[in-house]
Amino acid sequence: MAALTGSKPDPAPRGRSLLEDAALRFLRNRAATGAAGVLGLLVFFVILGPFLAEWNYEEIDWTTIGDVRTLGAPSLASGHYFGTDDLGRDLYSRTLQGARTSLLVGFVGAAVAMVVGTAYGAVAGYAGGRLDDLMMRKVDILLAIPSTLVIILLMVIFERSLLMLFVGLGLTGWLTMSRVVRGQTLGLRTREFIEAARAAGVSDSMILWRHILPNLLGVVIVYASLLVPEMILAESFISFLGLGVQEPNTSLGALIAEGAGTMGYGTLWQLLFPLSFFLLTIITLYFVGDGLRDAFDPKDG
Amino acid sequence: MPLFDIRNLSVSFDTPDGRVDAVRNVSLSIEPGECLGVVGESGSGKSQTFLAAMGLLSRNGCATGSVRLGGRELLGIATDRLNRIRGSEMTMVFQDPLTALTPHLRIADQMAEVVRTHSARRGSEVGKFCLEWLDKVRMPDAARRLRQYPHELSGGQRQRVMIAMAMLLSPKLLIADEPTTALDVTVQADILDLIADLQSSEGAAVALVTHDMGVVSRMCDRIEVMRDGVFVESAAAEEIFARPRHAYTRTLLDAVPRLDRPAPRNGLSGASPTLLRAVDVKVSFKVRMQGGLFGRTANLRAVDGVSFELAEGETLGLVGESGCGKSTLARAILQLVAPGGGRVFWLGHELTGLDARTLKRHRKDIQIVFQDPLASLDPRMTVSASIAEPLGTHRPDLSSSERRRLVSDMMERVGLSSRMMNRFPHELSGGQNQRVGIARAMITSPRLVVCDEAVSALDASVQAQILKLLKELRSEYGLSMIFISHDLSVVREVSDRVMVLYLGRVVELAGCDDLFEDPRHPYTRTLISAVPVPDPRIERSRRRIRLAGELPSALDPGSRLRFLPSRIDAGETDYVPRLEEVAPGHFVAEHDPFDQLNPAPSGSRWSAVA
Repeated sequence: MAALTGSKPDPAPRGRSLLEDAALRFLRNRAATGAAGVLGLLVFFVILGPFLAEWNYEEIDWTTIGDVRTLGAPSLASGHYFGTDDLGRDLYSRTLQGARTSLLVGFVGAAVAMVVGTAYGAVAGYAGGRLDDLMMRKVDILLAIPSTLVIILLMVIFERSLLMLFVGLGLTGWLTMSRVVRGQTLGLRTREFIEAARAAGVSDSMILWRHILPNLLGVVIVYASLLVPEMILAESFISFLGLGVQEPNTSLGALIAEGAGTMGYGTLWQLLFPLSFFLLTIITLYFVGDGLRDAFDPKDG
Repeated sequence: MPLFDIRNLSVSFDTPDGRVDAVRNVSLSIEPGECLGVVGESGSGKSQTFLAAMGLLSRNGCATGSVRLGGRELLGIATDRLNRIRGSEMTMVFQDPLTALTPHLRIADQMAEVVRTHSARRGSEVGKFCLEWLDKVRMPDAARRLRQYPHELSGGQRQRVMIAMAMLLSPKLLIADEPTTALDVTVQADILDLIADLQSSEGAAVALVTHDMGVVSRMCDRIEVMRDGVFVESAAAEEIFARPRHAYTRTLLDAVPRLDRPAPRNGLSGASPTLLRAVDVKVSFKVRMQGGLFGRTANLRAVDGVSFELAEGETLGLVGESGCGKSTLARAILQLVAPGGGRVFWLGHELTGLDARTLKRHRKDIQIVFQDPLASLDPRMTVSASIAEPLGTHRPDLSSSERRRLVSDMMERVGLSSRMMNRFPHELSGGQNQRVGIARAMITSPRLVVCDEAVSALDASVQAQILKLLKELRSEYGLSMIFISHDLSVVREVSDRVMVLYLGRVVELAGCDDLFEDPRHPYTRTLISAVPVPDPRIERSRRRIRLAGELPSALDPGSRLRFLPSRIDAGETDYVPRLEEVAPGHFVAEHDPFDQLNPAPSGSRWSAVA
């Protein structure tokens, strides 16, 4: 055995971790990988699309003013690929800008909720007893306040900005996350391998970090992936009400609201383009979330 | 003509990793009124054989061949026709009686469903019929049980309900798939007696699927030994046990530890120093009960004043049925649960009430091996990371290459190839995972290892290997062990002294051979007599000692004095029985004479043979 020390790294074959197993199962899921592909293309397009645009998202094309219905219709010749909005601004650029906002809100919001919720829930669940009671009652109270109300109040009191939107969504999004994580932690805490670690003298913070968190990973990823569309929907609702991001910035929700308002004047493209981006995003996100859930929790084939 | 006839049955499953042949070309037949045993280890296909016969294969399964009951072909017939046969002519009892009963239905409704589906009985007749059957399966307080839900019943009672439901329509064949595996030994003995009695009184044939050689030796006329989807040996019960022909049968029989034979002792020298001393250890849990607006809490005394000493190099067996507090006692000694009272000394230093840092120093010396090998390993860590974990706390001075060398040495020592280092627990078998658990416990070179049901979840042959490994490690490192098990045969095999627990209290403590050869306490005698011996000639001439009723609840204050009813009659319900030294080193808790506890003679069919 002494010959082994100092020699090359062990030639022992690598095992297949649960995470790799889940990744394999996800890759075998045709619907989920398809949706992930579409989502990837969408993100790619939203980032690179502006380079193809001939108009800025806040520029007004004065030539279309007055007759948006005919002059502002989608056309390659005018450079307004998706047409213009009622004020003559390029809808292609605006849709991409709005989709960017929505995706940013969705992913950043979900990430904030994931980090805060996981930390809070794991600590509460692992500590148990009175601390757990206290922390969870706080969550119960916060959950009783309607989240849209909180966000609207924040937007009214402070300036309407993307930052405030993140703060508002982050404030409310982590609550259910922490509950889910706490429940899982409670289950994990009584498992034998945690007891084994305690018997080995591993400290509580190490147990939380090395044993609890990695085992929460599956649930957290699945739940966070389903939180992304939820965040986008919440933001869109706020924007639909006209309380979202500040003009000239926009979001898919605001665009859909505008498009819906002008539906009756024959400018249907103003609704359809943002709406299809919105639907595509939400549907693919849900498909990916479902795929992740199946991959991490293979109950039956 | 045989009653039940399986010809060339094959069962295969389509899995993402390809086709798996679980059962390959198996044939068997059962005569009316006969009891056939099918024994084999997990994965041998014994359950799938009968699930296929019942048409209960999971959706990705496929069965070919022929299954005939009373001359009628069952394989491949339409579900509605099969439904008329299963449940009335051919019924099945499963291992886990909790999951086999619908949780939201009362016992009466569950039973009535079967009666209404398969017979012409209606109205109040149904209820009367069910009650009659609950009485027949010797359910205590049957009328009240009918109105209860499955979770309100104990495991043994649920299994009685399952058997009653299976027997309701006087089937010709009862298939029992590991019917007693989830039950305590005394309850197992009662259930086996019940099945045997029903078999003779109702004239039903029984197919008993099990891994337990003792159970088949008690019950069966003929035995089929199954391995890897085929029958390797088929003979009358006496033949199999007296003259096993196939090598695998012999391996199986050799692997089973025998309760009726003393095992070679590890030659403990008399004057070893005391390692561990427990004085009056108490642990209680708060249990929420019904009553009041928010319910009330009751104190469940899981461990209720246990004292013992453990010498260097000694192995103490800890036996008792579920809920007797044996695991809780172990955790209290390891300071994994806080004892509610009493003191634990390790080499003269008190462990109870130590701060975390001082306790950590002692943890190096006391380690634990758990029951479920898979559950006791972190599924997201490689096995070498799991084994190395205690080193991180106790030997922070080691470099990573030194640590890796220690881990690979230890893996080789416990019989694992060090090439498995980077594997994950789910890629290993149960036996291999248990070796990992043992390696993790041994890596800090502890002086005491607590084995909490360490071999209970393993197949007989694997169990024998792990026991051998533990014994080797014990003599090599001069280990002391506390060996907790509900399996008395295993305890006899490894222990120097044995402590019997009953509802958190010691009822008997004696040297291993003294305890098994000359048990004094009625509870110990009941336990020992309930364990089936894997030899039909001995087993069927043994006398069963039975206590009326089931293991009572620890919450019931009277149950603690079950062996001392004279004190209850005297109104001293808080009386704590004293331990008396009846022979040197043989301690027995105070109890009333045996015939006063259990006036009714045992009704077992084997006591009649004796």
